[in-house]
Amino acid sequence: MSTLEQKPAALETGDNQTVPALEAAGISKTFRSKRSRLQVLDDVTLTVGKGEFVSILGPSGSGKSTLFHIIGGLVKPDAGSIRMNGADVTGQQGHISYMPQQPALFPWRTIEDNVLLSQEVQGKVDREARENARQWLGKVGLGGFEKNHPHTLSGGMQQRAAFLRALLSPQELMCLDEPFSALDALTRSDMQRWLLDIWEESRRSVLFITHNIEEALLLSSRIYVFSSRPAAVLHEIDVPFQRPRREDIIEHPDFIRLRRELSGWLREEQLKMQGAT
Amino acid sequence: MRRWWNSVWPPFVAVLFFLVAWELSTSLFHIEKWILPSPVDIAKETADGAGDLWGHVGATVRLTLEGFIIGTAVGLIIALILHLIPFLKSALYPLLILSQNIPTIALAPLLMIWFGFGLLPKLIVITLVCFFPVAVATMGGLKQTDRVMLNYMRMIGANKRQIFAKLELPHALPAIFSGVKIAATYSVMGAVIAEWIGADKGIGYYMMLQKSGYRTDRMFVAIMVIVALSLLLFGIIALLEKWLVRWKPKQEN
Repeated sequence: MSTLEQKPAALETGDNQTVPALEAAGISKTFRSKRSRLQVLDDVTLTVGKGEFVSILGPSGSGKSTLFHIIGGLVKPDAGSIRMNGADVTGQQGHISYMPQQPALFPWRTIEDNVLLSQEVQGKVDREARENARQWLGKVGLGGFEKNHPHTLSGGMQQRAAFLRALLSPQELMCLDEPFSALDALTRSDMQRWLLDIWEESRRSVLFITHNIEEALLLSSRIYVFSSRPAAVLHEIDVPFQRPRREDIIEHPDFIRLRRELSGWLREEQLKMQGAT
Repeated sequence: MRRWWNSVWPPFVAVLFFLVAWELSTSLFHIEKWILPSPVDIAKETADGAGDLWGHVGATVRLTLEGFIIGTAVGLIIALILHLIPFLKSALYPLLILSQNIPTIALAPLLMIWFGFGLLPKLIVITLVCFFPVAVATMGGLKQTDRVMLNYMRMIGANKRQIFAKLELPHALPAIFSGVKIAATYSVMGAVIAEWIGADKGIGYYMMLQKSGYRTDRMFVAIMVIVALSLLLFGIIALLEKWLVRWKPKQEN
């Protein structure tokens, strides 16, 4: 694999708004074993524009994580292609910044070194990067924990560190895979608000997987609703609320209407899946 | 401190009780000293220097350390090679296990015949007993790398070397240490066996001499020294582990 050239994200935003950060076109994937075949993705097409926050909403176990593995180059799709900034990167690794469901911080690294990991893998970590990381740690409420090891932090703090690790990655597109699903409800809503603030400040291109409707509506500019397995795009929704958003939009009539609509769709899909098994 | 004391006094009392029972029964049943010396006899002999035992201890310590370092290094190198080349692993792993079924006590004389009475056959004996626990533990540790972390490293574009250096190796460190700790205690045993079979110095040689003289008390002193050496080496490795793996969450015992 060729080494990739990393242009700083700041240079790329704005100079060419027409080329999306991510275009996934016609992605299909079937896992085959000796006895069975399991189709998880069926002709999925979606785009994430530069600086856009896009969510994928779908029932649990519908193959959303597989889509991420395909975008990240871990798994090759049976059909379809992945393009980033116009270039075909199907099956190539290292083009996205990623945050998995579990924080997956490396226990032997301090929080600061964890946050710098992706930069370290991409190249060198200089003093400036370290200084920048420290500033961000302060901003996300982890100031004073730079030299701590992950196990000394709470679940919410670990998630924030994992998010920061993704945010500080040089790649433009951030893929977040249900980052808050393991947290309790209170921490989760704190984290949503926190992510909203951070994102509205940084405006990275984000693809966000969730099965939580409110989370998707609160954070995203667009939502793709996935069907149950095999996952296909059922609906694409523009979320009309202006930015910067405040948390009180959850009481807005449009929000309530959209939530009702989305939960109806999701329930239908969930029932289909139960009927299938 | 109190907690430490609570965990220490029960075995301490048990050992004390055992020693008292031993002492009493040797005098009560008039057991000859050359069959079973009493603890007091052994203590006296230790204080008297047990006939040049300490000179032999020095030789054994050197042999043990050399063998242990070589054996651990060989174990690590074998584990790394087999980990990086899966084909070699499937070919050689069964042989490795087979090598451990050959009794050291049978192999050592053969090595003496092939390599003489010098240092080399002794180092080979110690290496043979040491490399296996290290190699197996290291391979196990490298194989059990966390899947989520591994996927993460791949997604962000880490190459094989980076994955090894930044993830697999540190992840395997606790497992490696459990192997090295076993090797540490085995190495003392290996050194004594090697000396027993062919040497002109060392604790093993000393024990053979005392056996021919029916100096059972001195044999007991030698056994004590061997146990102490094993524990000491084990303790040093455990400390090293504590220092290198200090990121690990404390486990409840």
